[in-house]
Amino acid sequence: ITAFSKIQQKNLEGYVGFANLPNQVYRKSVKRGFEFTLMVVGESGLGKSTLINSLFLTDLYSSEYPGPSHRIKKTVQVEQSKVLVKEGGVQLLLTIVDTPGFGDAVDNSNCWQPVIDHIDSKFEDYLNSESRVNRRQMPDNRVHCCLYFIAPSGHGLKPLDIEFMKRLHEKVNIIPLIAKADTMTPEECQQFKKQIMREIQEHKIKIYEFPETDDEEENKLVKKIKDRLPLAVVGSNTIIEVNGKRVRGRQYPWGVAEVENGDHCDFTILRNMLIRTHMQDLKDVTNNVHYENYRSRKLAAVTYNGADNNKSKGQLTKSPLAQMEEERREHMAKMKKMEMEMEQVFEMKVKEKLQKLKDSEAELQRRHEQMKKNLEAQHKELEEKRRQFEEEKVSWEAQQHLLEQQKLDASRYTLVHTIALTLALLLLLD
Amino acid sequence: SLGSWWLWRFLLGFEKGEGVRAVPLSGHVGFDSMPDQLVNKSVNHGFCFNILCVGETGLGKSTLMDTLFNTKFEGEPTQHNQPGVQLKSNTYELQESNVRLKLTIVNTVGFGDQINKEDSYKPIVEFIDTHFEAYLQEELKIKRTLHSYHDSRIHACLYFIAPTGHSLKSLDLVTMKKLDSKVNIIPIIAKSDAISKSELAKFKIKITSELVSNGVQIYQFPTDDETVAEINSTMNGHLPFAVVGSTEEVKIGNKMVKARQYPWGTVQVENENHCDFVKLREMLIRVNMEDLREQTHTRHYELYRRCKLEEMGFKDTDPDSKPFSLQETYEAKRNEFMGELQKKEEEMRQMFVQRVKEKEAELKEAEKELHEKFDRLKKLHQDEKKKLEDKKKALDDEQNIFKQKKTAAELLQSQAQQAGGSTTLKRDKERKK
Repeated sequence: ITAFSKIQQKNLEGYVGFANLPNQVYRKSVKRGFEFTLMVVGESGLGKSTLINSLFLTDLYSSEYPGPSHRIKKTVQVEQSKVLVKEGGVQLLLTIVDTPGFGDAVDNSNCWQPVIDHIDSKFEDYLNSESRVNRRQMPDNRVHCCLYFIAPSGHGLKPLDIEFMKRLHEKVNIIPLIAKADTMTPEECQQFKKQIMREIQEHKIKIYEFPETDDEEENKLVKKIKDRLPLAVVGSNTIIEVNGKRVRGRQYPWGVAEVENGDHCDFTILRNMLIRTHMQDLKDVTNNVHYENYRSRKLAAVTYNGADNNKSKGQLTKSPLAQMEEERREHMAKMKKMEMEMEQVFEMKVKEKLQKLKDSEAELQRRHEQMKKNLEAQHKELEEKRRQFEEEKVSWEAQQHLLEQQKLDASRYTLVHTIALTLALLLLLD
Repeated sequence: SLGSWWLWRFLLGFEKGEGVRAVPLSGHVGFDSMPDQLVNKSVNHGFCFNILCVGETGLGKSTLMDTLFNTKFEGEPTQHNQPGVQLKSNTYELQESNVRLKLTIVNTVGFGDQINKEDSYKPIVEFIDTHFEAYLQEELKIKRTLHSYHDSRIHACLYFIAPTGHSLKSLDLVTMKKLDSKVNIIPIIAKSDAISKSELAKFKIKITSELVSNGVQIYQFPTDDETVAEINSTMNGHLPFAVVGSTEEVKIGNKMVKARQYPWGTVQVENENHCDFVKLREMLIRVNMEDLREQTHTRHYELYRRCKLEEMGFKDTDPDSKPFSLQETYEAKRNEFMGELQKKEEEMRQMFVQRVKEKEAELKEAEKELHEKFDRLKKLHQDEKKKLEDKKKALDDEQNIFKQKKTAAELLQSQAQQAGGSTTLKRDKERKK
């Protein structure tokens, strides 16, 4: 039901007005204001604070608010400064996160850990506020970009540089910078850059990449910038007059290294890229890639705590609620099956028992029938015997009776005869 | 808005590292391009807007859409014999200058055609909820792609009121009341060329007062942004918009204009004296499209989400002190849920055990009865047998007696015969004498 039907292209037959949508978006974004969090990491003395001041043309770091290198710490700290700047009607809440103490100790093992912890904690805050039932305005304090300052040794990356970037490249957009570029000649700088990029590729470090666009011109510019990575920068808090112009620069006996001169360093490229063209993209990549990675890892750990790991692979595309729904359905199906099976077994057993009972009954019945038959047979036999007996008795009795009768007759006859004789005798005697 | 939030934070103080301080710039930094950067990104990504048209069949919903967007969208007009309310959705890709818009138009088919309209609002609410749900599911996924998600939630609901000239129908009030917390409602009087100017004014007042007295929250054009506050505020006073739609063109003067031709005159769609079409277009598309989208996301969707999560038993632990831990909640929820399932399983098992016991008892009882029956039969049989035995014995006895009698009689007879033989002899002798 939520799948979209075929999308049809339609041509407008006149002006409608939704071409005004970008203006609406513009207007609303100005009303809302913008926020950006920039992290600066590097050993002390690399000109981080100066660069920030130069980038934002303000005294973010001053004697009143000293930069990280002036706040000597025993261990690496992570500190935030929030400033509100306004320009052309656009408000920007800028958060600078710095890491005083980074790389300054003798033993710098794990000096990246507080940085990782900070980034993760900001992700966690965002995740928590995004996951609340009652969600309010969610301020975005996630780190959108990390400027990593490489010391201008001219020889390549230090182990600490590599270690840090490897651990952070999947958590934040890393833009590596060669600090204090005015200590190297253009050729030295070029070599240094090539070396660094080679090492970055070798260690498979993913630094921030400029997105491809559909615009040919823009892509050409992007390619030019890519060829100059990492950017070599110079920063300055002082304004110097050069040829009648007031510029930020560093005054040397042999000349002035101008911050915003493209021949002198890549500062302008950095500023244009970081602030004027790609600030939004840095935020988008943080939101769509780094944060989502954090979130999916965090949620997968929660939801599949103890569950079968094989199952979890294919189910990351489901929301935990849908996951629970599915588990419920699965369980219902399992129960139904179990119920059916139990029912079947039950029925079968009952049938068996009933059958046994039936058989038993049949057997008993049969035996009973048998016995009855037997008895009946005996009865009949007896009947027969009795009949015969009766017959015999009757016939014998009849016989006897006849004999009796004969005897009686005979005796009567005899008697009569005797009487007759007697009479005769008597008569004779007379 | 966030702007004022920051102002508040700024006013809070200048503490190092805690408060926000405003610092002046000594030159052009360039972050004033941020709105442009954002706009570029949006334009590249393309926009999307979803409109729901609710209204009875024949109120000119499709025609109005065609007129608003200057294009012929749909096919056949619907009949009145629909058995229920259905929502039909179509998505179109439009482009104007460099702006690409994915426009989805959802129509309620068959709304108001049934005799019993009690449930007419239900499919509409369901539709809106389904799309909120889809977004919520996407948002809650572990691996999600929100930035490329095609938002299907309804951003604006044009509610078409029939031009009776009297008042809202009860179906209208019921439906709008059910929808006002789920979508931005913009009520419009459809086919308003059927109403005279004076009637229209009264009609609008009546409708507005009915909406207010029934507590229906319609969409208010926002007045917090000074750039558009004035026009929005004025337009709010013209609601509901009385519109006329037409894709037919008529020549007025030397121009072809969209109009409806009657014998008594021509109603020009884009003439603000004739109807509020231009106002609707202005508000809906040119000024507040983005706000409609935003309100849908931050207000209506959030409400849906909150209710849904609460329904499933989620709640924020301690809103201010302890940070809400998603982890714990999911875990707790899941354990509770698993526990329930276990319990159900156990219950089922127990029920079976019970049944088995009962059945066993039943069968045992039956077996007992059977044996009793046969025991009785056996006893009967025994009795019969005994009787038979007795009879047999009796017969035997009789036979014995008879035998004895017979033997005795025969003996007598043989004796008698011997004697009788002499007697007979005697007789014979006598006779011979």
